[in-house]
Amino acid sequence: MEVCGSSNVSLREFGCEQSLLSRPDGSSSFVQGDTSVMAGVYGPAEVKVSKEIYDRAILEVLIQPKVGLPSVRERSQEQCVRETCEASLLLSLHPRSSLTLILQVLHDDGSLLSCCLNAACMALMDAGLPMSCLFCGVTCAITAEGEIITDPTAAQEKPLTGMRDESRALMTFAIDSAERRVMMSSTKGSFSVHELQQCIAVSQKASEKIFQFYRDSVKRRYSKTH
Amino acid sequence: MKDTPLSNCERDFLLRAIEEKKRLDGRQTYDYRRIKITFGTDYGCCFVDLGKTRVMAQVSCELVAPKENRPNEGIMFFNIELSPMASPAFEQGRQSELSVKLNRQLERCLRNSKCIDTESLCVVSGKTVWQIRVDIHMLNNDGNLMDASSIAAITALCHFRRPDVGIQGEEVTVYSPEERDPIPLSIYHMPISVSFSFFQQGTYLLVDPCEREERVMDGLLMIAMNKHREICSIQSSGGIMLLKEQVMRCSKIASVKVSEITELISKALLNDKAARKAGGRCGFAESMPQERITALKTEETPMEMKDVTERANDIIQKAEAPPPAYPKLNDDRENISDSEEEEVVILHPEIPGKVCTL
Repeated sequence: MEVCGSSNVSLREFGCEQSLLSRPDGSSSFVQGDTSVMAGVYGPAEVKVSKEIYDRAILEVLIQPKVGLPSVRERSQEQCVRETCEASLLLSLHPRSSLTLILQVLHDDGSLLSCCLNAACMALMDAGLPMSCLFCGVTCAITAEGEIITDPTAAQEKPLTGMRDESRALMTFAIDSAERRVMMSSTKGSFSVHELQQCIAVSQKASEKIFQFYRDSVKRRYSKTH
Repeated sequence: MKDTPLSNCERDFLLRAIEEKKRLDGRQTYDYRRIKITFGTDYGCCFVDLGKTRVMAQVSCELVAPKENRPNEGIMFFNIELSPMASPAFEQGRQSELSVKLNRQLERCLRNSKCIDTESLCVVSGKTVWQIRVDIHMLNNDGNLMDASSIAAITALCHFRRPDVGIQGEEVTVYSPEERDPIPLSIYHMPISVSFSFFQQGTYLLVDPCEREERVMDGLLMIAMNKHREICSIQSSGGIMLLKEQVMRCSKIASVKVSEITELISKALLNDKAARKAGGRCGFAESMPQERITALKTEETPMEMKDVTERANDIIQKAEAPPPAYPKLNDDRENISDSEEEEVVILHPEIPGKVCTL
């Protein structure tokens, strides 16, 4: 199974806006194609005595779906996002405090978990929380023919039923900005070790584009001196 | 997480300013903040900005069995979620007093006023009807969540299109949007709520209170009206005592405001219809303001994949060989049989011929 030179491996157009909500300490909205997620961060703030940790802050992640109440699927996505954030935030600088990250799904057109990760990183940056590295999320899908697609749409993410444009496996990786290593991976479907390594390599390449976008957004934002 | 408490000097400042007919943001007594309505990609999704208060509404539908005492009518379900994103005081999961109050007010405003024709939602009488579900999420709380929610709810309901159904006897086929165009809901009128806040035991009145003003107010009067000047719902909370003239005056102000807001909603719906007809992309992504310094957008970017295969092969070769799938069986392990006969194991075989002597 080979990855073609320059074919369907591309990222949809993405956009971001920061500081769009007045109440949260940091907020952002991240858009990948038609998938959009809004994130809000509160912290460091007071924490209940039952939940406090003596030497570091406690991070709570909440993902609100658009329709209905949060279910088990949202809980597992929350865990993935929380583990990534805890690995990159310097939590020991704020002992006995709480950080709350709330993600609201505005529209789901595929690659939802990676959009949540990107929105979370931009919101944490907007809130000014100290981090050891930035992170980004990249989703890859492997089609029935063995091609790798990055940033799939909802139609491309559908599991195999014999129609075209579907995926045999779907994986999301969180990549850090310092050394492009994998911080978190969440996969669904069956694939070989070789395919996994190829997807990781593809995601690392894609993450460079996303980190460049982060740099450009922040540069634009601070281009005015006040 | 707790919200920061309001200090006494802030409270005194706000009350003194109101006595002098001044508001924090410079509005007049009867002025609304700037209302902005945008729509999402799919039908039934609507964002409303009332000043800095942001609210999102999503309408969805499902085929269910009808209620037993109303076999011919569809079901409307409203759910207001006070997301913790909107304010640090809102907690996930807990049904706070404010959440119950907002849900109840919205239900009275939209369901009891019969603004939607529920009989048109019936598919097979007594067996299958449409259940229309309206989910409203608060994104940012800067006061007056009730008005923003009511505008978002009614706009989303006007925007929503339900799938077309075909009925053959008892069988119901739901057509996808590609097969047949979805149908809008039949809405008789648009009830919109207007909130009035009272200060100093009813002496001073402000329309559309912001979050600071809500904290120092004594009571709130909510009037839901439509543009035909019919009152759909009135609710007075906070225990203030109002005179008849005050309530009449508020309802007159409300009718003016409601007609302005209804016009705004109709214009927004028309613009969205034109944009969809023109074929352009619509949705939250498109409505993101580009001229702001805090926003940035890039185009679709292809990626170079030349050395991906070599890198992957490299990694796999350098990695250790995985452990064998099945561990080797130790030869000196005993085989424990499952057979039902019990094997008698003789531990110390007696030497034949030996006789035990006492």
